[in-house]
Amino acid sequence: MSKTVTIGNKKATVSPFASWMTVFVLVPMALVVYYAFTNADGAFTFENLKWIYTYRSTMFLSLRLAFIATVICLLLAYPIAYSMSRAGEKIQRNATLIIMLPMWMNFLVRTYSWMTILENNGLINSALRSIFGLFGGEFDGFQLINNRGAIVLGMVYNFLPYMILPIYTSLTKIDNSLLEAARDLGSNGFHVFKRVILPLSIPGIISGITMVFIPSISTFIISRILGGGKDFLIGDLIEDYFLGNSGVVNYNIGAALSMVLMILILIATFFMNHFDKDAKTSGGGRI
Amino acid sequence: MKKKIISLVSVALLLFSLAACGEGGNGGDAQSINVYNWGEYIDQSVLDDFEAETGIKVNYTTYASNEEMYSKIVSGAASYDVIIPSEYMISKMISEDLLHELNFDNIPNYKYIGEEYRGLSYDPEEKYSVPYTWGTVVIVYNTKYVDEEDVADESINLLWNEKYAGNILMFDNPRDAFALAHIKLGHSMNTTNPEDWYEAAEELKKQKPIVQAYVMDQIFDKMLNEEAYIAAYYAGDAMTMMDENENLAAYVPREGANMFFDSMCVLKSSRNKEAAEKFINFMCETEIAVRNAEEVWYAIPHTAAYEALDPEQSEDPLVYPPKEVLDKCEVFINLNKETLVLQSELWINLKTQY
Repeated sequence: MSKTVTIGNKKATVSPFASWMTVFVLVPMALVVYYAFTNADGAFTFENLKWIYTYRSTMFLSLRLAFIATVICLLLAYPIAYSMSRAGEKIQRNATLIIMLPMWMNFLVRTYSWMTILENNGLINSALRSIFGLFGGEFDGFQLINNRGAIVLGMVYNFLPYMILPIYTSLTKIDNSLLEAARDLGSNGFHVFKRVILPLSIPGIISGITMVFIPSISTFIISRILGGGKDFLIGDLIEDYFLGNSGVVNYNIGAALSMVLMILILIATFFMNHFDKDAKTSGGGRI
Repeated sequence: MKKKIISLVSVALLLFSLAACGEGGNGGDAQSINVYNWGEYIDQSVLDDFEAETGIKVNYTTYASNEEMYSKIVSGAASYDVIIPSEYMISKMISEDLLHELNFDNIPNYKYIGEEYRGLSYDPEEKYSVPYTWGTVVIVYNTKYVDEEDVADESINLLWNEKYAGNILMFDNPRDAFALAHIKLGHSMNTTNPEDWYEAAEELKKQKPIVQAYVMDQIFDKMLNEEAYIAAYYAGDAMTMMDENENLAAYVPREGANMFFDSMCVLKSSRNKEAAEKFINFMCETEIAVRNAEEVWYAIPHTAAYEALDPEQSEDPLVYPPKEVLDKCEVFINLNKETLVLQSELWINLKTQY
């Protein structure tokens, strides 16, 4: 008797979540697939897929920039997360707060503020100019905005917390006795890091990579604000087809391009999860 | 049984909340209307006055381009009552049966609209629209950085002048951007000849390396901070910029420019047509039209309000260009489907050439 009640309750508690997922995840994804394989009249077609080929260079550019941004995030985030995890409790709490703080502000506002920093008359160039001025020199200013570098910077700045936090969490979870054991058994600092800390933080690295790479590859507003709207990324292209800013609304082509993005992300997640599992089992084996 | 009821209830709740979202701000309430207008294109205090006078609440939202407004409306994502599109979009929407035939008994102030602004080609029978403002596209430049000899001929070619590489801003919407290229080449901006469009696209490609950025509303920031020196934009907004930075000047290019008429329309899907017409009538009240014009600095078709304007504004040749300038200007007409598809392809091509 009591058993059936528990099961019943479990299902009842799951059902809001299940309906949420159905309405807001499964149905939209099914719609994307439906539009990708139909034409304006609703007839089945493969025609839309040829646009994927047409826009391959856009796809590669997005992949490349997202990849660079992810690598930079990882290189920056790991040392930050590591030193945070080794610090005292109070510092840890404050550091987490500082990392979260910018995320309380709207994404667009944060990105716009970079415009004011990077522009030719922006903070950096004005400051440099006045320094040069002190020595009577002339300074034209660096070209810091409206280029690819600025787009990558926008991605790194906006998504860095998503890399730091999961790595930090996985590092704090490492049992200190494992490190002591490694030391006892004669490992030096580097060796402890390589053989114990790094493997055990891989789950954090994996979720960090996923959480930075996915929004980076699909972003469309960063390229417009910091890239000067000159080069479309795949996200810009999809937005354009759905909103018809270029004069034509075409859900079918838009959906076909979104589908590629979805597939790319699915593949990436699959590999990541696979890697993650390996890391976990090998880690467990060592313990 | 219990679990079934719970899941049913949760699904029902979800659907109910979805339905509520679909209603948007309208909610079927007779005492509110949704007004959808261009950004930076109204004196906001006018809205409060309307609410105070009629008790009808105004939900005011804005868009950056005709195309954005159009796709939002046809997607059915939100319901609006009053919209203020440009002429070519109005004729497109009339042909697609999206606009409501206005009941002019509710808009007695239509009498103030000047003869020359009535029955224009986009609404020849004066059935669907009430003119709001008009103007031309002008070239804005910063006198501090742009040499006098380069602007002496008031030419469109300034936008292609390599001397100012990296300091030129372009429209981030294809209709306006292609119009500039067509003017440069001496085409009509309403051409449907594909050859003309290919040539125009070549011009834009040639220009891309010297363009600092493609922008819409961001133009205010970039021109006011002297981040860029040259840009093409709508006259009223150019006036606002010139008011805030005295180094800025502007001219209507001698080769011609786009002339636009933005008019107030009511959507067929509106559930509150009478209140929407009341709003349009209110915007045409002389005192309100004057206040609004003083804020947005676009030219107005309202005869009585025009008379009441400060001569500094009503005699400004950029706001109300003389006839010989207007004669060179061209009004957009709705392009046919093939040309729109070509325009879209060429524009995307411009943005995906790395």
